[in-house]
Amino acid sequence: MPGAIHAEGLVKTFGDVTALDGVDLDVPEGTVLGLLGPNGAGKTTTVRVLTTLLRPDSGSATVAGLDVLEHPDEVRRSIGLSGQFAAVDEYLTGRENLQMVGQLYQMRARAAKERAGELLERFHLADAADRPARTYSGGMRRRLDLAAALVVSPPVMFMDEPTTGLDPRNRQALWDVIKELVSGGTTLLLTTQYLEEADHLAHDIAVVDHGKVIARGTSDQLKARTGGERVEVVVHERDAIAPARGILARYGPGERGLGDVSVEDHTRKLTVPVTGGAKLLAEVIRDLDAVGVEIDDIGLRRPTLDDVFISLTGHAAERAQDEENGADPSAGGRGQRKEPAA
Amino acid sequence: MTTLTDGARRPPAARGGIARSFADSLVVTKRNLIRMSRIPEMILFGLIQPVMFVILFTYVFGGSMQIGNSTDPDVYKNFLMAGIFAQTVTFATAGAGAGIADDMHKGLIDRFRSLPMARGAVLTGRTMADLVQTAVTLLVLAVVALIIGWRPGYAAPTNAGKIMLGFALLLLLGYAFTWIGALIGLSVRTPEAATSGGLIWLFPVTFVSNAFVDSSKLPGWLQPVAEWNPFSATVQACRKLFGDPGLSPSDAWPMQYPVWASLIYSVLIVVVFRTLSVRKYRSASA
Repeated sequence: MPGAIHAEGLVKTFGDVTALDGVDLDVPEGTVLGLLGPNGAGKTTTVRVLTTLLRPDSGSATVAGLDVLEHPDEVRRSIGLSGQFAAVDEYLTGRENLQMVGQLYQMRARAAKERAGELLERFHLADAADRPARTYSGGMRRRLDLAAALVVSPPVMFMDEPTTGLDPRNRQALWDVIKELVSGGTTLLLTTQYLEEADHLAHDIAVVDHGKVIARGTSDQLKARTGGERVEVVVHERDAIAPARGILARYGPGERGLGDVSVEDHTRKLTVPVTGGAKLLAEVIRDLDAVGVEIDDIGLRRPTLDDVFISLTGHAAERAQDEENGADPSAGGRGQRKEPAA
Repeated sequence: MTTLTDGARRPPAARGGIARSFADSLVVTKRNLIRMSRIPEMILFGLIQPVMFVILFTYVFGGSMQIGNSTDPDVYKNFLMAGIFAQTVTFATAGAGAGIADDMHKGLIDRFRSLPMARGAVLTGRTMADLVQTAVTLLVLAVVALIIGWRPGYAAPTNAGKIMLGFALLLLLGYAFTWIGALIGLSVRTPEAATSGGLIWLFPVTFVSNAFVDSSKLPGWLQPVAEWNPFSATVQACRKLFGDPGLSPSDAWPMQYPVWASLIYSVLIVVVFRTLSVRKYRSASA
């Protein structure tokens, strides 16, 4: 039986930019899929297709068992969408925003009003409920946007980079809400640039790059492919690289001997995948000290999106460059609109 | 814990097509009216501009304009008002376009498009709200016009019913033009582009007409353009209904039957541009 969200072979091109190049997804009911990838990878375009905002050039998708292309209106009844840029009317108060959305979900005025009150309370916006949303902080806006997506408690939720640009406290608060949602049985597709976030929230992760799903699995499976944690050492002198490499190789997975340790000559940086955490760090320092290697810096690094990318594709996520190019064309209208409206 | 997931779960049953369309449009109209009321400076500028036009045209051009055989500034003043009224209602176009472009830019259109609401309601709601704003502007402008000396019935008898009909045609023209604005708003990349794009084409449309000058004094090749201009039809209709001076004597059909012409033109514009706009909205990939 196909999951609550199911997509097969989604393709979408904008001019000569291929945003989606055959995306397949399956999200079982009540689970969370994290769509992980850099800007321009096709995350937002995927969400836009699944939420009926964009017609794919080819491929098919169902949400809550309903065909996205055949029955868009029924699909809209069953989904909530929370965007990357908080889509609330800034001149309306929080309460007015939620009431409006409720009524547009075809709720009666009174029911929409009650529901707005509940959600404002739940999202700690009650005090600001009757202020125009433009007076809200970034975190408050994001919460209001999320509340708007939850007005009818839709069985399937889409969240496009829900925490991008949020400070750590607000990010944590949003994570808590998301976990609560999922424990209530909601199926969630979440896009993110942060491995940590996907790690935290998602049952399964699909890594996308250039419009394709290039890897999928649980966070542990992906990390295993990435090598998990790594120790990074910057030695003081170039001459120390060789002895340091010998020491570090002892802590590596042992598959390739010295080859486990990657070296950047010009920065005098050595990196080795490890298991064992902070305790191990102390041992490495002791060993290096014992052979007289002087170090400028040492640290334990957790895998980042870049690490996942490097291990999967051999290249970094190219985030900065993509941002400059305004890569994800369908995200256009909101941030920087580079693509003409279809 | 329950707040988040205890809602409808099974979303409410759909209401019928027309009822839903109407209800959704009202919700969006209300939203836009609340918005407008929270940006009073926009309403203020919307008022100042036509008032300024009335005063400038009346006192700057008034003395040098010849309407028919008359150079009496009083005649020009009474001639001018229908033109200014019509120009004012068409300028609502730019507001509609900018508002819709802004909604796209901010991601609100995405929000609306992901909701199970009637397809045309976002645009209908916007154009209805603009209609309300236009009506208020027109009311203020009419009062100003009366204060500075506009006298309905100046050249021919009129009555309250005819005057009301004239204003109804003006509002209909304004409503029709907001649909053109909607299409512009959906077609451009930024709200700024929608504002200027929504305005520039209005200058030829409103000036190559009978609004500010006697169209029979235009260069020969331009006269038919002015006489068949939908905008001119409404201006002529208003002059006729208000009993203002300076009716165009042209044989062109819209000048002979301006009330019908105005009505037909406006309805036609609504039908065409509503269809195009709603289609554009449905596929808006912004």
